[in-house]
Amino acid sequence: MRWITTTNHKDIGTLYLWFSFVMFSIGGLMAVGIRLELFSPGLQFLDPDRFNQLTTMHGLIMVFGAIMPVFVGFANWQIPMMIGAPDMAFARLNNWSFWLLPFAASLLVLSFFMPGGAPGVGWTMYAPLTVQMGIGMDLTIFAVHLLGMSSILGSINIITTILNMRAPGMTLMRMPLFVWTWLITAYLLVAAMPVLAGAVTMTLTDRHFGTTFFNAAGGGDPVLYQHIFWFFGHPEVYIIALPGFGVISQVIPAFSRKPLFGYASMVYATSAIAIISFIVWAHHMYTVGMPVTGQLFFMYATMIIAVPTGVKVFNWVATMWKGSLTFETPMLFACGFLFMFTLGGFTGLVLSVVPVDIQMHDTYYVVAHFHYVMVAGALFAAFAGVYFWLPKWTGHMYNETLGKWHFWLTLIFFNMIFFVQHFLGLAGMPRRIPDYPLMFETWNKISSLGAFGMGLAQLLFLYIVVQTIRSGVPAPQKPWEGADSLEWTHLPTPAPYHTFEVQPVIK
Amino acid sequence: MTLQQENRRLSRRLALVALIMFGFAFALVPFYNEICVALGINSIEKANAVANTQVDLSRTVTIEFDSNTHNLPWRFRPLQGYVKVHPGELTTVEYEIVNVREAAVTGQAVPSYGPQRAGEYFQKVECFCFTQQTLAPGETRRMPVVFVVDPKLPKDVNTIALSYTFFEVAGRGGKS
Repeated sequence: MRWITTTNHKDIGTLYLWFSFVMFSIGGLMAVGIRLELFSPGLQFLDPDRFNQLTTMHGLIMVFGAIMPVFVGFANWQIPMMIGAPDMAFARLNNWSFWLLPFAASLLVLSFFMPGGAPGVGWTMYAPLTVQMGIGMDLTIFAVHLLGMSSILGSINIITTILNMRAPGMTLMRMPLFVWTWLITAYLLVAAMPVLAGAVTMTLTDRHFGTTFFNAAGGGDPVLYQHIFWFFGHPEVYIIALPGFGVISQVIPAFSRKPLFGYASMVYATSAIAIISFIVWAHHMYTVGMPVTGQLFFMYATMIIAVPTGVKVFNWVATMWKGSLTFETPMLFACGFLFMFTLGGFTGLVLSVVPVDIQMHDTYYVVAHFHYVMVAGALFAAFAGVYFWLPKWTGHMYNETLGKWHFWLTLIFFNMIFFVQHFLGLAGMPRRIPDYPLMFETWNKISSLGAFGMGLAQLLFLYIVVQTIRSGVPAPQKPWEGADSLEWTHLPTPAPYHTFEVQPVIK
Repeated sequence: MTLQQENRRLSRRLALVALIMFGFAFALVPFYNEICVALGINSIEKANAVANTQVDLSRTVTIEFDSNTHNLPWRFRPLQGYVKVHPGELTTVEYEIVNVREAAVTGQAVPSYGPQRAGEYFQKVECFCFTQQTLAPGETRRMPVVFVVDPKLPKDVNTIALSYTFFEVAGRGGKS
């Protein structure tokens, strides 16, 4: 009962984190199913419909069920402690935003058992296919509504907490960068999520109430759906990435034993990324037949985003420059993030070039690109954050040797899965297809083997976390020498259930 | 103002932003249509104004006709398989539809071209695809397409396939 009715930000943070781990496992199993089918050419385990359903649900569950909630979990645990607030601004609303999620997730999973199965439309839910799907599509639409509602409520809570409840002396420009990135992310969520809700609502009324927003026969336009979806979809990319940037901006200074290089420029770069992210959406749809002027505009706007992102990468590297570096597991994941995310950024830059993109559109090159930013970007940042804060949350140190094993296995298997997909994409293998010509077999085999390995490596992660909670060595108040935010300097380990009931004064 | 009041005020404002953005998604619909009209994209339902009627007798282009229906109980076929025309020449061809369902059905034809880039040189003066067609039960209808191939058609295009697909119009007075 405690977990159902709790309004404590730490409890809710824990709920978010475990929920996203469960979803990560379900989505991961789906990915293993996909890679199992793609292990050999021809159809072995899944019929094409089931394959499409798995790719769709893998995408939706990983984006909305795993990656977004994990960072909301971090926000719940860390933001009040980092700004010296006793709890979130709306504690009961916080409980509600979490408890919407299990219901949304059940709707998504249940859609597999509906007549016609889960929707096989791709996570982007493009019209007109969505208008033709079975009842599983309706469940998915409602799930997206619930997930959107949960994120909007959560974001309103986070913005209010950050703007109104900082400890005296904690000015905006003194906040840890993790708090800054979440403030900006929350604004993005409030502005972008309702647009997605609008898009799926239009799909719903097209399906059942005789409207024709996207139905060409009634005067609608399927391309319109893509515009609305990506108006949400591109800010969504940064909703996923920015909190990860925040975690990395806490971890790298701590293990470099130096303050973050260029703090103010980090804040401005993050804001610039957020603002520009609203004017680049059509680079996902260069091939719909838009005028060349439009393609050029979106191409240049997309390239401009590389500038603030470059500022951030530069600042992280400059923070490490001449620092006294040590490489504990959080720092390893942060370094892995730095390399892999930059690689994903570069392939993104390649794809932003219109003529190149038209060649690579919907190939495995795109799959490789966005997994480098989603997995090696957001997921690695999440792992870095878990290892970084686990001592503070549980009061125990994790097993450093096993943590390092987890990092290296994840890094190697991740690259085994996705690096080779660049080659497949360049050779012309289309995405979302259960079968492929013989010439693609070798790289697909390597990719599938990597996927099985990466799946197993995450069991090690589960073991490490459970072991830390149950039986780890007690951790000191400040296990990381270079960490300097409030939760390390002002609070004992493990963090007590109630913290900062009297707000500290920051000098 | 107490902290609680201040928090509530801020949350109301943010909720308002979310609500406005929900409306914004719907506002994108007319906005998108206006942009398409202004830029002349996506104007398949409009007649083209033919500017150049100089007939280029030195070239002959083959126009092939194709017809499809999408979940529609209609028999739909062109009355000629192909025609040979000179660019700039005004040509009329005919299509025939038969409604085989025992109910009135409304449909909308959507044209497409092969090769795709030939579309912008294929100017339709009159077409049944400009309006929705409603057929009584068992009705047969012959419909003309009047077109001109622009003499500016690239030299390497010698054959254009014109393909129509009829979709049933449901929801807007049509019956599915």
